[in-house]
Amino acid sequence: MVCSGALLGEIAVGVPSRLVPIDIDIAKVARLARLGLSEEELAAYGSQLESILEHAARVQALPTEGVEPTAHPLPMVNAHRSDEIEPTLDRDEVLAQAPDHVDGFFKVPAFLEDE
Amino acid sequence: MSDPADLTIVEAAAALRSEDLTAVELLAAVRRRAAMTEANIHAYLTIDVEGAEASARAADDAFAGGEDRGPLQGIPIALKDNMVTRGLETTASSQILAGWHPPYDATVVTRLRDAGAVIVGKTNLDEFAMGSSTENSAYGTSRNPWDPERVPGGSSGGSAAAVAVGSALAALGSDTGGSVRQPASLCGVVGMKPTYGLVSRYGLIAFASSLDQIGPITRSVADALAVLQGISGHDPEDATSYRGELPDFGSQIDRGVEGLKIGVVSELSGEGTEPAVAAEFRTMLQRLEGAGAEIKELSLPSTAYALSAYYLIAPAECSANLARFDGVRFGLRLDGGTVEEMMGATRAAGFGPEVIRRILLGTYALSAGYYDAFYGQAQKVRTLVIDDFKQAYEQADVLVTPTSPTTAFKVGERTDDPLAMYLSDLCTIPSNLSGDPGISVPTGVDDAGLPIGFQVLAPALAEPLMFRVAQAVEDLAGFDARPTLASSEGAA
Repeated sequence: MVCSGALLGEIAVGVPSRLVPIDIDIAKVARLARLGLSEEELAAYGSQLESILEHAARVQALPTEGVEPTAHPLPMVNAHRSDEIEPTLDRDEVLAQAPDHVDGFFKVPAFLEDE
Repeated sequence: MSDPADLTIVEAAAALRSEDLTAVELLAAVRRRAAMTEANIHAYLTIDVEGAEASARAADDAFAGGEDRGPLQGIPIALKDNMVTRGLETTASSQILAGWHPPYDATVVTRLRDAGAVIVGKTNLDEFAMGSSTENSAYGTSRNPWDPERVPGGSSGGSAAAVAVGSALAALGSDTGGSVRQPASLCGVVGMKPTYGLVSRYGLIAFASSLDQIGPITRSVADALAVLQGISGHDPEDATSYRGELPDFGSQIDRGVEGLKIGVVSELSGEGTEPAVAAEFRTMLQRLEGAGAEIKELSLPSTAYALSAYYLIAPAECSANLARFDGVRFGLRLDGGTVEEMMGATRAAGFGPEVIRRILLGTYALSAGYYDAFYGQAQKVRTLVIDDFKQAYEQADVLVTPTSPTTAFKVGERTDDPLAMYLSDLCTIPSNLSGDPGISVPTGVDDAGLPIGFQVLAPALAEPLMFRVAQAVEDLAGFDARPTLASSEGAA
């Protein structure tokens, strides 16, 4: 049976509109977050996340048709300033706090292999 | 005179001006109190001995030379250790920032220094302000001065404990979901979260940028007003800083509550509230009614979903904000063959479990396929919370709730149950989502002698009204108990 969009909309009133099942590929999430966790840690965090998300998923039960999302509590647009050169942080003072630096730059392991 | 460490800012400011007290003597009194209590309380991570002494001497010189920069001149104030201080170690209670000496001052630090305040040191917190007990600190748990077996609350637990015990006259905390108001409530002091944007976040190590706001922790409502006046105002370094005219925060403070409509949020003062907290809350409602206020029961149905929305929005923002701790520019670095391995090893070793949990949660909530169902939906719930508050403020001038559903809980009691810990912030989270101001005022103690806080919420920029009701609550409560540790007899 084919339902029209309008009818689907009516049926959806009052019930969770987008109940997304919670399935977490925890290894993928950890990789995205650059967290080098062990297998045991991944398993432990994975199950904790599931129980927190089950609670958090309650937000899906609230009907929000036509509600605009709020990203920020203040109704403000971009804050601009004039494009003038101003003093910046002292480079030596900043680099003194870096784990590694060379010739005035931060130093990290190679991003790309040679050749 | 009693021990200067027990004075309020207002009292100390008067003593400094009548030449009964010098800033150097006041700092020495606060230091003595810290020396007596730190072994039990562990409020501080760093005490700035030389810097504070230099500031105290400068304040005395200013007084001697007739220079008066206002009520904070010469007052010893502590800073939560997620506010950066140039050259003074700042860790946010994380191993990933151990040994970091920031190359700049946060705007609130600059403002306090310009006002002549004496910065005593940096206080303990839950790592990156994520927690409600300070148990997530990488440098040990702070203890509640009313019962060292119990937590001081959090995340600004070190700041609240320091003010309660007298190792600072006031402190700054940061409030993302209640992290100023909840520890203030659990430690029997005043804690205030200003309207979002009133206090610059420049130099506040970001947790959730659309929710974070710095606020004062003090021993009286008048002191909270004095600190807010010192730190608020537009700052071009913070793009979300409020650019309009500031209200005159103290303009209504002495007017009392006669004729005001005070709304009681039924969703935030019923189920889950400890009986002693509920009884104390009702007692204050009766007193407010007796003082001429009209008490109205109101429903904010969306607040039942606020906690869930918060635990999607805050981790989502935190997962983005904490990407900067990658072992490249500052802080910890572990070795790795590639940049990705170096970052993964550094972050896994440098962050504690709660921070890792929230970064994972936020990364998941923002990832492709789940964004609309979790983060996007939470943002819509945020809109509904704001709409609910707007409607409530059409029927009431201010809203009131208990600050925390419970008094201070025991160390270790909730560490194995993240959700139970999150419930500590049930009553404070909605106003972070809405951006509105709130204040916790101590009104009494439970049977175990643990303090109970009363929360007053007001619409955005209605701080004058909020302070007015808070002052009335303070006057009606007449709460003047102090923790036994806050005396030379108790600490000895």
